[in-house]
Amino acid sequence: MAGVIARRARKQRALRWAVLIVLGVFFLLPLAAMVEFSTRDPGTWPLLADWPKLSATYPDLADGIVASLLQAALTALLMLLLLVPTAVWVRLRLPRLRRFVEFLCLLPLTIPAIVLVVGLAPVYAWVTYFLGGSSVTLVFAYTVLVLPYAYRAIDAGLSAIDVRTLAEAARSMGAGWATVMGRVVLPNIRSAVLSAAFLTVALVLGEYTIASLLNRTNLQVAIAFLGKSSATMSVAVSLTALVLAFVLLLLLSLFGRASSPASPTASKEPAA
Amino acid sequence: MTGVAVHLKGLRRTFGSVHALDNLDLAIAPGELIALLGPSGCGKTTALRVLAGLEDADSGQVLVDGRDITPLPASKRDMGMVFQAYSLFPHLNALDNVKFGLSLRGRSRSATRAQDMLDLVGLGGFAARFPHQLSGGQQQRVALARALAIEPRVLLLDEPLSALDAKVRVQLRDEIRRIQTEVGTTTLFVTHDQEEALAVADRVGVMRAGRLEQLAAPAEIYQSPASAFVAEFVGLSNRLPGTVAGDEIEVLGHRLPLITPASSPPSATALVRPESVLVEPDPDGEARVLTTSFLGPISKVTVTVGEVVVVAQVASDRLASLPAGAPVRVTLAPSPVALA
Repeated sequence: MAGVIARRARKQRALRWAVLIVLGVFFLLPLAAMVEFSTRDPGTWPLLADWPKLSATYPDLADGIVASLLQAALTALLMLLLLVPTAVWVRLRLPRLRRFVEFLCLLPLTIPAIVLVVGLAPVYAWVTYFLGGSSVTLVFAYTVLVLPYAYRAIDAGLSAIDVRTLAEAARSMGAGWATVMGRVVLPNIRSAVLSAAFLTVALVLGEYTIASLLNRTNLQVAIAFLGKSSATMSVAVSLTALVLAFVLLLLLSLFGRASSPASPTASKEPAA
Repeated sequence: MTGVAVHLKGLRRTFGSVHALDNLDLAIAPGELIALLGPSGCGKTTALRVLAGLEDADSGQVLVDGRDITPLPASKRDMGMVFQAYSLFPHLNALDNVKFGLSLRGRSRSATRAQDMLDLVGLGGFAARFPHQLSGGQQQRVALARALAIEPRVLLLDEPLSALDAKVRVQLRDEIRRIQTEVGTTTLFVTHDQEEALAVADRVGVMRAGRLEQLAAPAEIYQSPASAFVAEFVGLSNRLPGTVAGDEIEVLGHRLPLITPASSPPSATALVRPESVLVEPDPDGEARVLTTSFLGPISKVTVTVGEVVVVAQVASDRLASLPAGAPVRVTLAPSPVALA
């Protein structure tokens, strides 16, 4: 009997390793190919690390990087300003609207980017008229685009706490709504807020379709453009963007784990 | 600290077609502890939430110390509240939770005051613990300390013990009474547990369908219920058929005085407390013991008298003389009864 169990465990272990190796090869092979290709020209990586030289040699790429970083930061900010108070308010005051708001926020996920652009084009004619054609204006479209992911993250954070009771407890002690948000709700959904922000940054850094079709620039548009003139540099930048997104997601999971509450069994004592 | 008078005047609140509060009037004297008791959906929590400012009344007034505070938001009402659900802020330790309200008021020496409050509820040594490191009873004690720390004009307790186990519940119930008497804050305590209400309150308000059915001292509520609903809700009652004759009702061959004169036809149902039923072993008795339940110092005996089932309360040391099937004699003490 023991022999059968040991044989089965060995088999399962072998299968696990096989799956891991196949998946590892599947994901890492393209990355290794990118590393190999981008190092064929020995000047590529040193140039990428030298910002003044890079912006002089590839001004469009530098513009794209700056634009994307700015878009990512502003989108995360606008998303949080819009979504956190809305999600909290819906839970506290309009619980019946929760499903509807969830549906609204998930809608961008169901609409292909190309269709979204067709809808956004006339809106952006007005945006350009009022705010100019800067690529930073893409922040509005990106805020809509990241709603499904950000809403899910924030809603999950709010589900983990009893927002209603906490808010009422704070209000009964004299806290206004700003204090309730800043000192009670936000500290308790900190990891959810960070998750939403990280996901937003990762998504914005990888966005191409909307920026390209609305004739704005960002990192991905610049990479695609660069691919026509300097393939090695374009692959090196793509790889850097990928690694950056990977690091962000790693930070997200690390932070999520670190901020989850400690074991409730830490010290259980009968009521004194 | 001396308490303030609270007056809820003609409060109405409807949720769709349900009248949660139906012209509710309640006056609480300074320093008094009133328990609102009633079944689920009777409006007791709504009354407390309207007083706290967490719910708006459709009409009516909330007066505290003679001042109309109806339009004030919850944050300006200066009331301390303990909730049924655990409401400590998970990201703050016990001391910081208690300090929260004090820091909003910009009090100096808030740490000392918070520590004093933790000492008052017997958790002085738990200041650095986070809510998830405290038991349910300890969390509710910290919540009580937090509510009292701000020296509220009124203390509101919304079923604070219902999530706790029986032993802790009794302990904390007695402690709430001790602390309330010590600090003298006017207190409204909402509960659906009659024992809890009768044990802690100066006066108990029994609510039904958004109205106060009776507001009186615990003993009066129990001994002289104003209505059949109160008699049935507070304490266990036998429903025994009888015949009304003037101010009395004849039940199982005994004449019992009525709490309120009957306006119903001669046949009526009397509500008789188990402790008013005396059961004696008697070989010639026409009643028979059906079941017995040991409940500690007192026990419950169910007997049948013909077709009628009667529950009696007896001292547990007498249980041995009352085995199931034994013939017994049933006598009713002549205490006043209500009609169903």
